[in-house]
Amino acid sequence: MAAEWSNLAMVTAVVVYLLALAAFAAEWASARRLEPAEAAVPVLVGSDGGTLGPDQAEQPAASAEVADRDARRQRRVEMFGRMGLALTVIAWALQLSGVVLRGVAAGRFPWGNMYEFVTAALLFVVTIYLVLAMRGFRWLGLPVVLLAVIGLGLAVTVLYVAVAPLVPALHSVWFVIHIVAAAVAGAAFNMGGLASILYLMKARAERREDVRGYLAKLPSSARIDELAYRFHAFAFPLWTFAIAAGAVWAEYAWGRFWGWDPKETWSLVTWVVYAGYLHARATAGWRGKRAAVVAIIGLACFWFNFVGINLLVSGLHSYAGI
Amino acid sequence: MNPRDTVDPQVQPGLRAQDRAQDAVDRDLGVGETDDGPRDGAHSRRPDRRRGTLRATESLRWLWNQLTSMRTALVLLFALALAAVPGSLLPQRPTSPVRVAEYIAKNPQLGAFYNSIGLFDVFASAWFAAIYLLLFISLVGCIVPRIGLYLRGLRAQPPRTPRNLGRLPAHVALTSSDSAEDVLHRAEQVLRGRRFRVRRLDGSVSAERGYLRELGNLIFHVSLVFLLCGVAWGALFGYKGTTAVVEGQSFSNTLTQFDDFSSGGAFRAQQLVPFTVALDSFEAKFETGPVQRGAARLFKANVTTTVDGVTTDQALEVNQPLVLGDSTVHLVGHGYAVDVTVKDAAGDVAFSGPVILLPQDGNFMSVGVIKAPYARPDRMAFEALFLPTAVDNGGIGVSAFPDALNPQLLLNVWTGPPKEATGVPENVYSLDTTGLTQVTKDGKPLRFTLAPGEGFDVPGGGSITFNGWHRWVSLQVSSTPGLWLVFSSVLVAVAGLCLSLFVRPRRVWVRAAGDTVEVAGLDRTEGRGGLHEELLLVADGLGLAPDATVGARSEPGDPADHPETEANEGNA
Repeated sequence: MAAEWSNLAMVTAVVVYLLALAAFAAEWASARRLEPAEAAVPVLVGSDGGTLGPDQAEQPAASAEVADRDARRQRRVEMFGRMGLALTVIAWALQLSGVVLRGVAAGRFPWGNMYEFVTAALLFVVTIYLVLAMRGFRWLGLPVVLLAVIGLGLAVTVLYVAVAPLVPALHSVWFVIHIVAAAVAGAAFNMGGLASILYLMKARAERREDVRGYLAKLPSSARIDELAYRFHAFAFPLWTFAIAAGAVWAEYAWGRFWGWDPKETWSLVTWVVYAGYLHARATAGWRGKRAAVVAIIGLACFWFNFVGINLLVSGLHSYAGI
Repeated sequence: MNPRDTVDPQVQPGLRAQDRAQDAVDRDLGVGETDDGPRDGAHSRRPDRRRGTLRATESLRWLWNQLTSMRTALVLLFALALAAVPGSLLPQRPTSPVRVAEYIAKNPQLGAFYNSIGLFDVFASAWFAAIYLLLFISLVGCIVPRIGLYLRGLRAQPPRTPRNLGRLPAHVALTSSDSAEDVLHRAEQVLRGRRFRVRRLDGSVSAERGYLRELGNLIFHVSLVFLLCGVAWGALFGYKGTTAVVEGQSFSNTLTQFDDFSSGGAFRAQQLVPFTVALDSFEAKFETGPVQRGAARLFKANVTTTVDGVTTDQALEVNQPLVLGDSTVHLVGHGYAVDVTVKDAAGDVAFSGPVILLPQDGNFMSVGVIKAPYARPDRMAFEALFLPTAVDNGGIGVSAFPDALNPQLLLNVWTGPPKEATGVPENVYSLDTTGLTQVTKDGKPLRFTLAPGEGFDVPGGGSITFNGWHRWVSLQVSSTPGLWLVFSSVLVAVAGLCLSLFVRPRRVWVRAAGDTVEVAGLDRTEGRGGLHEELLLVADGLGLAPDATVGARSEPGDPADHPETEANEGNA
């Protein structure tokens, strides 16, 4: 019974995420028509103004009509944004109940296979986003919801497996510790990767002095970069811990803490790339763009470890039902 | 904000010594007063000289500086990541030798090439070791000087107050009717209360906090070295062996009893703690429901262990290894053994007992060989195929389920003259048919199927009886002496990592002259907010209300704030 409700909640969540995606897309699209200076208002207020001044100076006496039109546009952008956020909250609640009911149906923690891991890890992603959205980071909405739609959509269509108990290898307290750490770290890596992509977009626009539309509504590239760093700085120790917890578990279950299983190898590769990211940020010539690219490569490694290794390579992390 | 403080190497995880030294220089100059370019890891300041002009020591020094530079560390990190990739995508000899052989057979040229450069055993190859050893040398070369610097800097005073506090990213100007002396005295107390290290200067107070960051950073890197030592220790003194034990049989921890044994270079056979493990029974349960039918649900071995004459009944499960002396015993596999009795043409028992068969698929179709070398006049051998749940699949028997619901034993027979005992070891799982001929019937190889309890008379003499089946388990016995060091270093490393990433150094200055009081601050790491708020709290602690908040404009790290950043970030 709970299993059916879980499935229903999960599919509904995908649909509502799609609606939220449409709303956020509308927010970005409608912001495209905003004048740069206007769009920039919430962000660049009080900066030295040298680059933005001329635009405003050209039309010192903008007609009331134009001002009215711009205000309406501004309101519309804002409305779409709020709509997207509200829909995301609803979808999140549905996803949460889907994950919880799945756990109830299985009588265990709901991350025993690929389907369950995706749904649980994406729940962490959206949770992080919603917490941040309350503190003024709503602008991450479009990429986050896009990720949620793709991930959860694939989960319910391709990866879905019926509820089943665990194989003996997973009967361990480390099933909770190792996997939760990996899921939360993965969620933060994903957020960091999305922020890094936005950073590259914004920094490119800034370099070309062509910051328009929704990009102008985003914070400065330096701020985005800082946010990306915070995500990674949070995720990296947790990922280290997840690998270490996995090693402890491997010692219990397989009698060796490290055996170069494909999953272990790629966790290490991911770890090393992110270590490279943190070092790159401290190395001249690597800061900014290159560091962001390294972070995105790290995320690609994370995804390959999850999708590629699970589906293409057989190893000790291959369990029943993918 | 000075550009070097936006991305201050001191507080980054991988700081290099030269940076730290430069930082010490900065302290003396006062922050914000120097305007030279960004520090570049190791070598931006090194004068360009033709290499031929270097003396030997200089060359070595140059090499050492190159090796310990941040950029080399970065390159080595990426090389390590890249080098590990083939090890995960190609079959590896230590874990799957059979698949390596298959790969080479399928791709003879490519396989031979891969083999010659060690791609089938990446993690034991020289080039992989070269990368991580260079990385660790680089790490040590970087970390040791920094430990020295850190120790010397333990009691270092906060830097002198910059001349122009207004240039700092956060700045609050206040007016006070109290004397400068009183204000500064209170500032000292307030800042100490906020856990800053405080230095009283002439006309100002300088304070800094967050020294634990570099400590955490050093701890993390040193822990990695200890981790490597722990792994090396375990690899040198440890051993690992596997053995298959049939229900009702037992295992003694001596070298001869292992089917497969590997140990480190410093391992001595006397190290093996004498113990025995008797397998009383092995329970295996599999999913019978519609979802994931046949998936494993329970493995439980009931064993009797004897160590130092003390006998205990224990349960051995997948996630619950036995600890016996310094060794652990893991349950790593299981399968079926068939109990058979072979009689020769004379009617004498030539072989009797369980024979271990190797599972071939998820439903435990198992194969093996039953050998009766002492059967006379001819020795006999049987190739065995065991189907725990036999079903007919278009004339071919297959197993439909991993549990033994309908066990059947399929056999064919080979006979031949007795072989001279040479003492050459033989593979018990495969049959060398040299000197043997297959027994045929109507010109075709003779095949027959037995259910438990059934027997078969071989044409030409001899018989075989299938008494029943048992399960066997594969036990892994291992000892990894450095394990505690490995896990404690990882634990300490994670703790150090958290310190180095979450502690955020901050500097605050208070200057009082006449009735104006200035409070200014500087974050020495990225990713931190709340600087301006803290300044307001300090001002509040001084009993003063801000009348102008010059620093309010700043967004930390915003280039709009300090246009010089972009200019200085430069190429390097």
